[in-house]
Amino acid sequence: MSFIDLANPTRFLALTARVLPWLAATTTILLAIGLYQSAMAPDDYQQGATVKIMFIHVPNAWLSMFVWGVMSVAALGTLVWRHPLADVAAKAAAPLGAAFTFLALVTVSLWGRPMWGTYWEWDARLTSVLILFLMYLGIMALWRAVEDPSRAARAAAILTLVGAINIPIIKFSVDWWNTLHQGASVIRAGGPTMDRAFLIPLLIMAVAFSLLFLTLHLAAMRNEVLRRRVRSLQMTQASRQAA
Amino acid sequence: MSFFTSLGPYASFIVTSYLLVGFVVAALIVWVALDFRRQKQTLRDLEASGITRRSAQNSGKSS
Repeated sequence: MSFIDLANPTRFLALTARVLPWLAATTTILLAIGLYQSAMAPDDYQQGATVKIMFIHVPNAWLSMFVWGVMSVAALGTLVWRHPLADVAAKAAAPLGAAFTFLALVTVSLWGRPMWGTYWEWDARLTSVLILFLMYLGIMALWRAVEDPSRAARAAAILTLVGAINIPIIKFSVDWWNTLHQGASVIRAGGPTMDRAFLIPLLIMAVAFSLLFLTLHLAAMRNEVLRRRVRSLQMTQASRQAA
Repeated sequence: MSFFTSLGPYASFIVTSYLLVGFVVAALIVWVALDFRRQKQTLRDLEASGITRRSAQNSGKSS
């Protein structure tokens, strides 16, 4: 099966039926290992046990940006190739991205209260991530507001590509501005600054959450393909009843 | 010493974070699973009432 074959919705459904159980099982095992490693990780000499919040905050923060990246690639598929499966991929990713961004915001807030002395600070990193969350909600509202899926897809694709400008702003906000949020400590020139005792649980959790997204995204895409089939059949039924 | 007390004075912040993430992830899984069941059921109902896709009709003719 070539890559282009997967763009056929029927073949895509067959593939998801085969792949999803394996993906779900791998995700569950990795999450269990990651949670165990997180629980067993030592306290940080400055943060104490609150370093454990990092093991769930950082994967959600990474995914909040990664999912918008996935939506941006899908948006190109919609606008350049006008492929319905690209529309489906973009629509299915938006609620997942919104959930991961919400979790990134709430966990940093719960970490910030004991470490910064405040739940919230209008610094560049936190504000740009809050804007990303609002953009996810805007995209979801747009999908619901326009009835015709292909018209909604084109409008959402344009908004997604315009909103992609926020991703490098989020990533480099800690370098460009003086923020309360700490600078990059994992993905940076010169390698991670984090001790292995924290880096290993963090990377396991990051892979586990990435697989969780992949599993949920494929499942949500499968649902969206089915929803479009239902819509098509309902229109056929309505036209028969009218005739 | 219990695991909760070993988390120190900020245990409530740590436990709340993990519980919240667990709740949202569980809600996403349930939402996706219920949506799948709903779409499959609606498709079955439509096909049972004689409404089928063109591709299904064509494959029926050719077999």
